[in-house]
Amino acid sequence: MKLQKIFLIIFFIFNFTQIHSVENNNELTHKISKNIRCLICQGQSVYDSQSDFALSMKLVIEKKLNEGLKEKEIYEYLIDQYGQWITYDPEFNQKTLILWALPILLFIIGGAIIFRKLIVLK
Amino acid sequence: MKNKILLFGIILFLSFCFVILFKSLNNSNVYVPKTVSEKTLVNFNSKDFFSEVEISSNEIFFGKEFYILNIWSSWCLPCREEHPQLLQLSKNSSVKLIGLNYKDNPKNAKKFIDTLGNPYSIIIIDEKGTISIELGAYGVPETYIINKDKKIIKKFAGPLNDKSVKEINLILK
Repeated sequence: MKLQKIFLIIFFIFNFTQIHSVENNNELTHKISKNIRCLICQGQSVYDSQSDFALSMKLVIEKKLNEGLKEKEIYEYLIDQYGQWITYDPEFNQKTLILWALPILLFIIGGAIIFRKLIVLK
Repeated sequence: MKNKILLFGIILFLSFCFVILFKSLNNSNVYVPKTVSEKTLVNFNSKDFFSEVEISSNEIFFGKEFYILNIWSSWCLPCREEHPQLLQLSKNSSVKLIGLNYKDNPKNAKKFIDTLGNPYSIIIIDEKGTISIELGAYGVPETYIINKDKKIIKKFAGPLNDKSVKEINLILK
């Protein structure tokens, strides 16, 4: 009887971890699909869209997670298939240098102008 | 002096904006996917359209110099448009024409093939659209030219026309 109880407990523990992993995968699918652009929609992420493209894309993300791919690997895989445009968060490289550097540059220049004005006012 | 520098700066900035905007006038604002790639085809499993027997991509892409993979669906109007071009391409014996039936109702798909003719050597089913996504497709119809090393050498998004058939024939030569 005791042995049966132990087996039952072990059985439940394993099942719960499985449920937990399924939930984790669902959350990750949502997270990734929010960062992926629906390429055939206007201004919608894969998560928001109900287009055929987006629905299939969600299934592919889920499949890749079940195959054991990490979040970063899935982004890399999709960028390899569809190009940098597919992510909302473009990586820092030679092509995206201006994109990343321009706000910082504008911030510094703007800050410098305000700083100079303040000094003049004083 | 200060005003002159400011005026010069504004003029410079405006001319910079003007040049950029003027140059972009002729650029298309429609996002066009890359049509030339040297990507290797992913391995996948699918079902045969007629027999519903499971089949792997290794069995499909075997023994020919070139393969043409066409994603189609009975509900897609441009697929009807490009069907004569596919029938024309199917006459070339050096190439294997593979149809990937995308998210379709089997009855409608069979009717489509019965009415318009079957240009394909084999038709496989993509019930959930996942194979198309793994191929890098955007929608239907799309056509891929694949060589014997299973590399995608050319991709046509949208229906094939006489110009694209000529281009394909040049590649197949």
